[in-house]
Amino acid sequence: MKPDRSTDALTIGGHAFDSRLMIGTGKYPSDDMIPKIIAASGSRIITVALRRVDFTATTDNVMRHIPDDMQLLPNTSGARNAEEAVRIARLARATGCGNWVKIEVIPDNRHLLPDGHETVRATDILVSEGFVVLPYINADPIVARQLEAAGAAAVMPLAAPIGTNRGLTTREMLQIIIDEIKVPVVIDAGIGRPSQACEAMEMGADACLVNTAIASAADPVAMAGAFAAAIKAGRDAWTAGLGAMRTTAAASSPLTGFLDEQA
Amino acid sequence: MGFYDQYAAYRDGEFSRRVQSATDGDVQRVLGKRTLSPDDYLSLLSPAAGPHLERMAQKAHTLTVAQFGRTMVLYTPLYLSNFCTNHCLYCGFSQTNRIVRRQLTVDEVAAEARAIAATGLKHVLILTGDAPAIASVDYIASCCKVLGRYFPAIGIEIYALSQADYGRLIEAGVDSLTIYQETYNQALYRRLHPKGPKRDFHFRLDAPERACQAGMRAVNVGALLGLDDWQQDAFFTGLHACYLQDRYPQTEISVSLPRMRPHVGGYQPGCIVEDRHIVQTMTALRLFMPRVGITISTRESAGFRDRLLPLGVTRMSAGSCTAVGGRTDNSDSTGQFDISDERSVAEMVAMLRRAGWQPVFKDWQRLGGKSPSMYTKRKPT
Repeated sequence: MKPDRSTDALTIGGHAFDSRLMIGTGKYPSDDMIPKIIAASGSRIITVALRRVDFTATTDNVMRHIPDDMQLLPNTSGARNAEEAVRIARLARATGCGNWVKIEVIPDNRHLLPDGHETVRATDILVSEGFVVLPYINADPIVARQLEAAGAAAVMPLAAPIGTNRGLTTREMLQIIIDEIKVPVVIDAGIGRPSQACEAMEMGADACLVNTAIASAADPVAMAGAFAAAIKAGRDAWTAGLGAMRTTAAASSPLTGFLDEQA
Repeated sequence: MGFYDQYAAYRDGEFSRRVQSATDGDVQRVLGKRTLSPDDYLSLLSPAAGPHLERMAQKAHTLTVAQFGRTMVLYTPLYLSNFCTNHCLYCGFSQTNRIVRRQLTVDEVAAEARAIAATGLKHVLILTGDAPAIASVDYIASCCKVLGRYFPAIGIEIYALSQADYGRLIEAGVDSLTIYQETYNQALYRRLHPKGPKRDFHFRLDAPERACQAGMRAVNVGALLGLDDWQQDAFFTGLHACYLQDRYPQTEISVSLPRMRPHVGGYQPGCIVEDRHIVQTMTALRLFMPRVGITISTRESAGFRDRLLPLGVTRMSAGSCTAVGGRTDNSDSTGQFDISDERSVAEMVAMLRRAGWQPVFKDWQRLGGKSPSMYTKRKPT
């Protein structure tokens, strides 16, 4: 079913958002840049690593730069297993960061790849505790299905290893996840260019989370705007219904033409 | 098979001849690759890579910004004790040096902690000499309990421990280990460590692995560059880091690149390590291990540290003091070595911001126990 374009909001955990671009906070040259990135991207959802949050900071505090009307998505960066992810999520809620959590369980510091099994375990626990859970996963349709069954509010498969800017290298698996999973699919990690985000949206993804590609651009604010435009274009193209693509030219000597021939 | 076997295979495989015989073609090939083997890393440390430093630097910069962003984690050392039973020829704390020996009481640790916390720093690295009968694991653990009230991340740079003792300190709140092999030249190591427990090359070599096995979150290795041929020590440091990351993917592995500094005792470096050698080592390491943390301390000068910023560094010390109790008393106690970059934390922060780097004070959240900093409201007004 195609959405009504006039009310084409992204709905996660019962909340509707008018932007399908989620952004990060961890790699900017200065936290002062965050409000400008938010404005340029039009983003409504922002992820922040709890390990970086310091409410007693005498120097600076990333939270001070995030407007109140943004949906905060604390993430569990640094968690190596389900238990650590659960403890970080509880700490985030206890410190007033709300009940949304992006689960990152990464037992692999070489490639920063997430552990699907531990992610499902953490999701099970946190959903039962009333969290709105958005798990970061490999582009694994089976894990995505298990997470959906466990009550995840969305799934966040990676396009390429985090920080690589390599684009939709897991395209085939992403398409299966997009086709099969009913909760929103947010393409996370590895998107390096606006055109790749646009393509993810054309494929039917519900949103993209972009951090490195914006933060490492020569002009991060301008790049945030470019991603916003690309994601809107990709979404508009998907809702408009892309024309069928042909892999071969129309044959001039059809093989079934004889069926229409007069005897 | 431990790291020693891997180390010995390279050491006995004519390391020096291989590093000298790497060609321009070898370096060009390596620079075109996406993932590097230890042999590729060796080529990048070779004289043949010298003319390619700029290209290595550009690649290292791009990789570092993509992996870590334009951020710099700041930490500071806190010396708890300078009692030492070792006779390391290159160290100001050597038992043979006549310096005032001192160990902080737990109350003094709290006073130092308050002084550091007032600068905004959240990551502290505690150091002791090698005197387990005085600066015991129990003593260090009791210091950590106090420090935990002020700092979300506590590292140790102390004498090599057993796996069980690393476990005890993790329980006490320690989350990272820094330990330098000093030199990977085993024969030189014996000469530099004539007496004391540190003389055991193997026990020290395996210490980082024991910490990984004990569940340490982050482990930082290094060699004191200048003791021996820098290429050899830089190579084995990288090989050691790679060995640990392969076997302990859950552990954040980092490398420090300390260069010899003047100190009491006046041991002269065996090899002069020039700035360009530090740059070559750092950029080669970044290309070899794109995710590895790289630490540069205040051993280096302010001007040089500023220039190293974009080349791969992820962690820097700030507001350092290498004397026991040096932040809260005005006595003239002797440091382990003379620091070179004497800027305050505020000055470091200002420099980083001017250069377009975000100073990161807090990059870890201790999960054991209740940390007071975590139980306040969002957005204090």
